[in-house]
This record gives sequence, C-alpha cells and structure tokens, in this order.
Amino acid sequence: MKTLFDKIWDAHVISSIENGPDVLYIDRHLIHEVTSPQAFAGLRKRNFPVFRPEKIIAAADHNIPTQNQHLPIRDELSKQQVDKLSENCREHNITLYGINHPFNGIIHVIAPELGLTQPGMTIVCGDSHTSTHGAFGCIAFGIGTSEVEMALASQCVLQTKPKKMRIFINGKLNKCVSSKDIILHIISKISASGSTGYFIEYAGSTIRNMSMEARMTICNMSIEMGARGGIIAPDETTFNYIKDRKFSPKGTDMDKSLILFKTLKSDDNAVFDKELSFKAEDIEPMITYGTNPGMGMKITDSIPFIEDIEENNRESFRKSMEYMNFIPGRSLIDLPVDFVFVGSCTNGRIEDIRAFTSLVQGHKKADRITAWIVPGSKQVEKQAKAEGLVNLLYEAGFELRQPGCSACLAMNEDKIPEGKYSVSTSNRNFEGRQGPGARTLLASPLVAAASAITGKITDPRIFK
Amino acid sequence: MPIDKFEILESTCVPLPAENIDTDQIIPARFLKAISREGFANYLFRDWRYDKNNKPVPDFILNNTEYSGQILLGGKNFGSGSSREHAAWAIYDYGFKVVVSSFFADIFKNNALNTGLLPVQVTKSFLKILFTAIENDHGTIVKIDLPNQEISLAASGIKENFEINSYKKECLLNGYDDIDYLISLKRRIIDFEKIKSFENEN
Ligand code: SF4
Repeated sequence: MKTLFDKIWDAHVISSIENGPDVLYIDRHLIHEVTSPQAFAGLRKRNFPVFRPEKIIAAADHNIPTQNQHLPIRDELSKQQVDKLSENCREHNITLYGINHPFNGIIHVIAPELGLTQPGMTIVCGDSHTSTHGAFGCIAFGIGTSEVEMALASQCVLQTKPKKMRIFINGKLNKCVSSKDIILHIISKISASGSTGYFIEYAGSTIRNMSMEARMTICNMSIEMGARGGIIAPDETTFNYIKDRKFSPKGTDMDKSLILFKTLKSDDNAVFDKELSFKAEDIEPMITYGTNPGMGMKITDSIPFIEDIEENNRESFRKSMEYMNFIPGRSLIDLPVDFVFVGSCTNGRIEDIRAFTSLVQGHKKADRITAWIVPGSKQVEKQAKAEGLVNLLYEAGFELRQPGCSACLAMNEDKIPEGKYSVSTSNRNFEGRQGPGARTLLASPLVAAASAITGKITDPRIFK
Repeated sequence: MPIDKFEILESTCVPLPAENIDTDQIIPARFLKAISREGFANYLFRDWRYDKNNKPVPDFILNNTEYSGQILLGGKNFGSGSSREHAAWAIYDYGFKVVVSSFFADIFKNNALNTGLLPVQVTKSFLKILFTAIENDHGTIVKIDLPNQEISLAASGIKENFEINSYKKECLLNGYDDIDYLISLKRRIIDFEKIKSFENEN
C-alpha cells in the first residue's frame, strides 16, 4: 500500500546509499538567473558538460524590471545576472524564455501554463517555491545551488526521503474565502516549522472542487510551514488543464499518459506519518500580522497578547511586533496601508487578477495606495488584456505591470520603502523581504482589492 | 565545489538566540546578484548588522567584540525560507564552521552540508545550557567531534550526541562532494533512462 508520493519517488530512485540519501532522477529541471550562475561556473571548473540540456527550462524572472522591459535593464548587477543566464543557456543548448519572450514569466507560473509540468514527474528548481508544481501530482521541490550543479551534471540529485503528512480539507468554502486563506489558515495553526521534514499530500472535497490555479496557491506555500513540498492527486480538473497546453502530450500520447496519470493516487490503506484535518467552514479571509507566515489570523481577529504566545516564541513575537509597529491585542481592521502588491508565483495567475478586478471594478483606488499589479507571466498579461481586465483595472485607477517576481522579493526596483505597510498576495512576510524595513501583511487578492479601494485593511465581504 | 574537510573543532561561540532566523535575514535578496561565490561574508545578517547608513549596529552580536569563534548558535527553525545557498555561503565565508540549533529547516541543512558547514541539531535543553554557559562566560569553549558525533562543553564535560547521516559524515570527513559520486553513477543513470523510455513507449 503506497502513498502517491511513494509511488512517484520510488519510480525515480536510481540507487540508494545505505543510511544515506537516495539518488533521484529528475524529469524536469527549471532554472533562473539568481541561483544558477555559480552552478554553471562549478561545472565549467570541473570541465563537465550539461548532461541532459533538453530536460532543462530557463527563465529570467527574479531580477527583471516590471516596467519598460523593452529597454536594457538599468541595474548593472541585475543585467549582468540576466545576461549570464542567456550566455549559459546558449553555451549549453538550454531553452530560455528570457525577458520579452512571449512565454516569459515567473518560472513556477510558466511551466504549468506551457504544459511542462505533468503528473508523475520529478521537478526541481533552485527556488523553494518549486513546491507549486505539486498541484499536478508531481514531486517538486526546491534545491540549493550545489544541487543545481548536481542536476546539471547528472540529471539527478541526492535526497533523503522525507516523512509523509496528509492534510484533509473538507467542506464548502465561505464567501470571499480563497485557497490563499486556506493555506494561511493552516500555517497559522501548525506554525512556520510545523511540517519540517515532511512532504504533504492535500486531500479532501474542498481540494477536489478547486481549480488548478487555486491548488497551485496551496502547494506553493507548503514550504512556508517547512515542508519539502506539497502534492495533490491529479483528477479530471488536472487533465483538462493540461490537455491543450503547448508542451503537453497530444493525441495517442496523451491517451497513453492518461493511463499512467490515473494511477497516481494514494492507495486506500496507505500509511502517513501524520494526518491533519481542517473544515472549510471554519476558514475566513486571513491576514498576517507578524514576520513569518505562521503569524496569521482571521482578518476580523485581533493580534494575540504576549501571554497567548508559547514561551519559547515570545522573544521573536516581541521582535516582530516592534518591527511591524503593532500592539498585541489590537485588531488590524482599518489600519492605514500604503502599498498593495498583487502578483508572485502564489497569486500572480489569471484567476488572481480576475478576483482582484472583480472586487475593484466600479470603485476607485484610494489615493494613498500605490498598487503594483504584476502578472505572473506574459501569457497571463495577454489573457488579462484579452478578457478586458486591464481596462476595468484602469478605470478603477490600477495599471497592470509587466511580468516578474517583482515585490515578492524586491530584487528589482519594486521595493516597499522602509516603515511602509504593504498588503501583499505573495508568500513571505519576513523582515525586509519586500525591501529594507518594509512591513508586509500577507493576504488573498480579494483582501488586497478591498484594502486598495479603502486605503486601509478591509474585510472584502463588505463589498460582496 | 569540493568542500573542506571537517573532523574536530574546539572554539568559542557566537550566540544568536532568535527563533525562525530565515534566509532573508541571513542574507537579504538584494545581495544575491553576484555571479561568483566570493565575498558573501560582508552581507551576512546585513540588515541586523548595519543600519541604513551602513553604520554597524552596536548591539548586534557580530559587532560585539566580546564574542567571536567558529560556532554560531541559533534558535529553533534556523534557516527557514528561501532555498538560497548563499545563506550557507555567507555564514561559512564569515568564518563559521558549525551552526548549532535545536531545529533546522530542511533545505538549509542540505545547503550547509553541501557547503562544508556542519549543522548540529541539539535538544532544546542542551541548547539552553549552551546559551546560558556562553552568557556567563563569553570564552566558553565548545567542542564538536564529528567522528563521535558529539558536542560538549570543554570545561564541564557536559555533552550530547548529534545525528548526521553516515553518507554526509563521510563526505565531510573526507572533503568529498556529491557531484563526484553522481558522475561515477553515469552508466546507471543512462540505463535507467533507457528503461524508463521503454516503459513509456509501451
Ligand atoms: S515570485 Fe517570489 S516566491 Fe515566487 S519564484 Fe519569484 S521570488 Fe520566489
């Protein structure tokens, strides 16, 4: 009796080292400009070729500007990194979707939309949010640069098999509750380290009723509770999503693939090391108040008092209150905010832009708000235009920028200034994540939309 | 990158009792623009170490000359967040050979081992003993004995064993890295690919 995770893992183990890691074969290796240059340099030093360039896909995403992408990148160091990626890809015959390419975008957004992410695969990338791809029923996880070098050299990585956790979410979602709220809710319950050492399978009726976009948001943030990754068994929703994508199997190949895909689920009696269960009805729109993603609450709740915090965590709680300039016990509703960021591999897909637009439509952006609406990819941008979302956004005072990671990690110009509050649909509220001294409140696109209209933290349910 | 060998280390420690020290604190993203592996020591804990005018923050531990050494002590859930190996490089480049915590994030642990930086996971109570000992005497010497998988306080002899998988231990003791090992498996990898594509065809 095997779990879904075991089935895929075991089918990719080339050999096992006694009391050590497994040698795991990788079907798809995704690379970007930030964590790959030193890996290529290492390879060059050893005089090794790239072993399977056809299994690698590259994109420039972390560093690139989100305006005027037709102009040369102004920041010298960013430009150097992006140029280095092009040079390395050219030299090693690796497909690159660089800036301005119609397939460019955040690597975790483009691989699924191009059909490069398929059930049953093993996928790695030098980026922790590789967990996103698990939504398709694959084993996808982030690796460090040494491991990128390993994967370039051998199409394998050495990995210790993680423990297995299953999280059930059952029931019908409340009004204005999205998958972002579900995952923020779960992390707030089990903490930012609650799944360290585990790989999580998400199951239950709520997951089954979700779109692929929503499933990706859930798997994306698995890493935020310490998990190696998240996985969801593929079903009709998955098959329909991949069917006509650019690189997905076609015709009889697809028929054959479907036979395999349909075997990808945990056996009835499969044993997990840990199982948890959540009720969809208990979940409400969420917001974070602290400096790790586990510090979240219902938007209508109040920040806990120091006495409510476990003794070991009090010091970091105190530190985060100081950083955020928040008072324990206070509600965040009506807190004035300065920035709204919609984007990232968590919430930069078309459904997210649609959700945001659906709420701001017919209203006006608050004057005090600077809003950065950043599509996750060129294709998302194109679709948003085609659906007329860009016009609706414009009428409400918002502008769609060009794709990239942007203010999710603020490596480009999109930095939140020191001391300013940002309602962000991204995944991390660490100190300085969105710029030195920036104060990040993680939330769903709907919460971001409601707050963008009023200029303060606002429950989206009052608009719907 | 081949790694440096590690066997036994006796050193004073630098204590950083915060929990959930994430990789964005260890090295903020804006310093990830380099294309080589050198020079990351300057950016270690940059935003805790320096204020916005690039002046050292006097009460941050790395700026306190009373503390030094090759062992960094951190609170629970050390290295959470991004997969950037730059975090391990920065710690190592700064001169640390060991990080001790009661709990490490997975990717960080792998990255540290691949950099030659030894993550030593101890119990909560032992970590507390270490922090207290160092608070009382900044010159406290801690011994890390990799062959015996043991961490001890030199003066009192209080000790604890730590886990490390035997493969990684071998690598550190001998300065091997994983790439050489994987390259030695190339034949098997190619055979595996053949079987796999055969299965897919049928
Ligand atoms: S959007 Fe953010 S989390 Fe996603 S890959 Fe880019 S930087 Fe990482």
